[in-house]
Amino acid sequence: MLKVEGIDVFYGDVQVIWDVSFEVNEGEVVALIGANGAGKSTLLRTVSGIVRPRKGGITFLGEPLAEVPPYRIIEKGIAHVPEARRLFPDMSVEENLELGALKPAAKARRADSMERVFTRFPRLEERRRQLAGTLSGGEQQMLAIGRGLMSLPRMLMFDEPSLGLAPLLVEEVFQVVRDVRADGVTVLIVEQNVRQTLAIADRAYVLETGRIVRHGSGRELLEDEEVKKAYLGV
Amino acid sequence: MVQLEVFLQTLISGILLGGLYAVIGLGMTLIMGVMKIINLAHGELMMVAMYIAFWLFSLLGVDPYVSLLVTIPALFVLGVVIQRTLISPVLKVDSILPENQVILTVGIGMILANLATMFFSSDYRSTPVSYAADAWYLSDYWRSSPIELSLSVPWTVSFGFALAITAALWGFLQHTDTGKAIRATAQDKDAALMMGINVERMTMVTFGLGAALVGAAGSLFIPMYYLYPALGGKFTLIAFVITILGGLGSTQGAIIGGIILGIFESMTATYIGMGWAPVGRFVIFVACLVFLPRGVAGLMKRS
Ligand SMILES: Nc1ncnc2c1ncn2[C@@H]1O[C@H](COP(=O)(O)OP(=O)(O)OP(=O)(O)O)[C@@H](O)[C@H]1O
Ligand SMILES: [Mg+2]
Repeated sequence: MLKVEGIDVFYGDVQVIWDVSFEVNEGEVVALIGANGAGKSTLLRTVSGIVRPRKGGITFLGEPLAEVPPYRIIEKGIAHVPEARRLFPDMSVEENLELGALKPAAKARRADSMERVFTRFPRLEERRRQLAGTLSGGEQQMLAIGRGLMSLPRMLMFDEPSLGLAPLLVEEVFQVVRDVRADGVTVLIVEQNVRQTLAIADRAYVLETGRIVRHGSGRELLEDEEVKKAYLGV
Repeated sequence: MVQLEVFLQTLISGILLGGLYAVIGLGMTLIMGVMKIINLAHGELMMVAMYIAFWLFSLLGVDPYVSLLVTIPALFVLGVVIQRTLISPVLKVDSILPENQVILTVGIGMILANLATMFFSSDYRSTPVSYAADAWYLSDYWRSSPIELSLSVPWTVSFGFALAITAALWGFLQHTDTGKAIRATAQDKDAALMMGINVERMTMVTFGLGAALVGAAGSLFIPMYYLYPALGGKFTLIAFVITILGGLGSTQGAIIGGIILGIFESMTATYIGMGWAPVGRFVIFVACLVFLPRGVAGLMKRS
């Protein structure tokens, strides 16, 4: 479904991604794991078109994304739940959700999608008129995920959705990821919570300072000695 | 009684003036919110609109209020063109500091003022409308009123249009997808892109809207004000003060800021002297920077 082939990414003159390739097949949950600053968010931002690779290419459903402007990526069926949520803080819960469904196809089903989000996250419905910036961290994360779902994506990218949440909410987030997949949406997830992520991931890639150093099924990586030492604290 | 009458009359004039100021301030605030730059050509754009209204009146006999139908779209287009051809290319160059991007708008303002002088000379112009001196008097409606107050016809009509325009803008920003997309762009550009918002197009539309608003203000001011090419600077400063007073980028703040400035100037003119309005403006500006750095919007958030 998503194919990233040999990309180099720079911020200004500084290279942060070196010849990275990975793949996400339809229906999979694929995880990217790696230490802080490894370049995980950068990879997702590159898929979203916010930053451009200097070398290599990305295709989604067979279509190259190089010429697609960033605001068109969502139409292709890719939604991005970004790091730190990036909600529109001075807009209401409802408005944030509406902004997830701007394109004609998603807009036509906006009311329906919003009902589904509210059924999944009843807290959001209670707070539908509240400003996003005044929600609790957990509620904000639910809203960010809900906003991503509003576009009716084929693939949803999560960037550290459990960051800063209490254990109970972390559980909830991982349950949401499973539900999303069960609904037929492909998942690409970046997480620091390596153990839980590998447990739900079909496959995972390990990123170290901008290079992919390992990949395998979630189970294989959970058993991998290097991964255990570096990311699971064993 | 006389004192009360003077006070109320001053207050009324201030509110009427403030309503028009709000429209000017809203334009600059919108641009500030989305582009994070102060448009220092703002008053000059208003001057351009006033010349359009002036010539429509002088050559074709078009009433200044009817000229809104021309000045609003014309300034929208002018704003879009300026943003596309001059501002956007400069904003894209990261190595140009924001301070210098602002200088570009100063340059645009100077060019507009000089072009106006070249083509129209620096003569003072006005549109002597038939209702210029008309007013409604309280005693006409309430015979035994203990005090006399009046409402100038052009000021009141202009104020009414200003209210309508403000309400229309409000409805647009709150209730249309494009309006929401503009607000989203102001709050977080990358997130807006991820939602599929064409941020560059929204930036252009915003500059166009800001110019259209101040253009509308031009049509609303011309029945009462003399027009000359250098008048822009004063209104740029007014818009700037309102934007700071309102809390950079807040539309509600800009409306309240406009009214406060209008009342303050009107009070200064009555109780201190006609020539003191600019000083009052400057005082309120400095006071605001010192005591209320986040403007009226900051106050509203706190409560
Ligand atoms: N906008 C930017 N400008 C310059 N450098 C950046 C920018 N964003 C990220 N970087 C650098 O790129 C590298 C990769 O950053 P990235 O955010 O992709 O890492 P990450 O793996 O997501 O880390 P974390 O786990 O902390 O979120 C880091 O060295 C970071 O400092
Ligand atoms: Mg990151």
